[in-house]
Amino acid sequence: MDFQYLFELLCGGMVKGSIYALIALGYTMVYGIIQLINFAHGEIYMIGAFVAFIVTGVLTLAGYSGLTVLVVAAIVAMIYAAAYGYTLEKIAYRPLRNAPRLSPLISAIGASIFLMNYVQLAQTPDFLPFPELISDFAFMEPISRYVSSADLVILVVTALTMIALTVLIKYTRIGKAMRATQQDAVMARLVGINVDRVISATFIIGSLLAAIAGVLIASRTGQINAAIGFMAGIKAFTAAVLGGIGNIPGAVLGGLVLGIAETLGAGYISSAYEDVFAFGLLVLILILRPAGLLGKAVKQKV
Amino acid sequence: MNHFKRSLGIGLWFMFLTLPLVVVRVNTLSQEVEWRWANMLWVGLAAFAIAWAWRYSIDRRAARQAQGGSQTRPLSARRSWAQRLSDDPILSRRLLMVAALAALAFPWLVSTGQNFYHVNIMVSALIFVVLGLGLNITVGLAGLLDLGYIAFFAVGAYTYALLSKNFDLGFWTCLPLGGIMGMFFGLVLGFPILRLRGDYLAIVTLGFGSITKIVLENSDVLFGGAAGIAGIPRPDLFGLVLDGREKSLYSYYIVLALVALTVFVTNRLKNSRIGWAWMALREDEIACVAMGVDMARTKLSAYALGAFWAGLVGVIFAAHNNFINPDSFTFMDSAMILAMVVLGGMGSILGVIIAALALKLLPEYLRAFAEYRMLVFGAVMVLMMIFRPQGLISGLRRKYEYDVSKGSDDVGK
Repeated sequence: MDFQYLFELLCGGMVKGSIYALIALGYTMVYGIIQLINFAHGEIYMIGAFVAFIVTGVLTLAGYSGLTVLVVAAIVAMIYAAAYGYTLEKIAYRPLRNAPRLSPLISAIGASIFLMNYVQLAQTPDFLPFPELISDFAFMEPISRYVSSADLVILVVTALTMIALTVLIKYTRIGKAMRATQQDAVMARLVGINVDRVISATFIIGSLLAAIAGVLIASRTGQINAAIGFMAGIKAFTAAVLGGIGNIPGAVLGGLVLGIAETLGAGYISSAYEDVFAFGLLVLILILRPAGLLGKAVKQKV
Repeated sequence: MNHFKRSLGIGLWFMFLTLPLVVVRVNTLSQEVEWRWANMLWVGLAAFAIAWAWRYSIDRRAARQAQGGSQTRPLSARRSWAQRLSDDPILSRRLLMVAALAALAFPWLVSTGQNFYHVNIMVSALIFVVLGLGLNITVGLAGLLDLGYIAFFAVGAYTYALLSKNFDLGFWTCLPLGGIMGMFFGLVLGFPILRLRGDYLAIVTLGFGSITKIVLENSDVLFGGAAGIAGIPRPDLFGLVLDGREKSLYSYYIVLALVALTVFVTNRLKNSRIGWAWMALREDEIACVAMGVDMARTKLSAYALGAFWAGLVGVIFAAHNNFINPDSFTFMDSAMILAMVVLGGMGSILGVIIAALALKLLPEYLRAFAEYRMLVFGAVMVLMMIFRPQGLISGLRRKYEYDVSKGSDDVGK
């Protein structure tokens, strides 16, 4: 057994998994509240990465560099991703709130195709090089073989984001309203919660998380493209289902499990079949435990 | 005036929204930033105009409704022309005859001499008509959302390609084999996902579709890898030697016959016992099972029959193109077929045919807009869901309604 190799794979899997987890949170929150697979969520993540790329480009040419650029780019990307998420919900999903289940799903697929092609037309269909914004830290020198500085930043930022999200949902007014809406939207409305606003807030928060994921992953892999959203979206949804959809800790766990499983499969068996491991895991989980790892099986009442 | 302000607000919002992506373009090679301010103006104006028109039309409709009062139009007037047409057996039969004649004569009308470009385009459009009709069984009739339908198409295409390459089997032997292989895969994949509902089903089928493509791409020895398989023989006709034009014509008539067969079979299935079970399952699974419908058998049959048509037409696709590679079987193609079913009207045969022809033929002839094709396609999918969720021609089930205009005393007591 080569433990060093295993350890490297585990670290890579954790990093990948935490990105999946960030995107999966958006899926799981939206699904929990309006039972909709927001297919266009991956596209929001892609738009976040693209906006960050543009801001970085403008700032770099204006003579700034390093961490300042990263922070500014991340903030602008988050603002725009939130704006897109909000608008998307207003246009594509709100008119279909009471339609049959299939309609919003198809609308979401349409929105996803639209956004992807919109970015392709407005920018470029080619791969763009994303600058390395996270410089190597001096204290990371001894272990940089296993965990690069960028990986550390990703892990730390993800952990902080999760904590912030938990606090938001547990202790704030809007978080309480979100939990109430998730349990019973009609009842929530009756006790005076503005459900429309809660849904908008959910989309905005989910988009913010997706934008963070977009900026982080773009600065790690070093390239972006208008099509990156699709695969990331599907994988993140897989992660959300894996953990039990609608369940927030489940999404994080699902993301990590998926990331590690994928990296181990790619490392030990074959890297060409990386995506097959992800989907295979999804199919297995759904057959064996349809409610997901942390989800409770709901008995259907008639 | 209020409308003006609100529309202005929407225009400004979209200008803000599109600011970084549409206006700025960073060229990383030459280290330059390109500012395209004119685009922003256009976006703002377009958003303003659309918002204004939207408000105006809503106002108009409200005004008309207020004027019309509570008068409801009689039932017969509420139905669309297509439904009224299909209710009239003599007229619809005549129209069917005209359509059949037009389809048979089509290649002789458009292709002269060695020019068979239009025929080839029509063949690929008709292939998608069959795919649309096949998916219509799974999605439209049985309500099982399948996002990986293209995988069965791939199964059919690769069945023919491999059998003809390795075992020298002819087209006509492989045609049923392709269909059976598709059906077999439908059953194999259908079993584990019987318990899943709606959204989960969609995502698992999407997963299957993606796995199929990845496997095809990566197994170089068996499936030819990303390069695909070339030199697939065209359909044979009793050993006659055909030239290019005749080959296209032959493919055209084969696929046309398949379309006719699919329409016939789907139409009969729709009004059969199993068809009613599918529709009942689509409307309410629990109630349907409670009424004694065998859920597993009904779902599997819908899945397998949908896959059967895809496998069948996959063989024709491989034979017509001479060449296949995994790029023909992407998620976008699955989404395209799904869009045909949805835009045409779920469960409606005529609607699916029209939508499939429109979606395949319009992009071919509107080359100037080729860039914007997918953009418009996505937008149309969203707009259709909002404004006309039942599709172009809704697949209405036969139902018995009380017609108010005729009036009768014994109702309401």
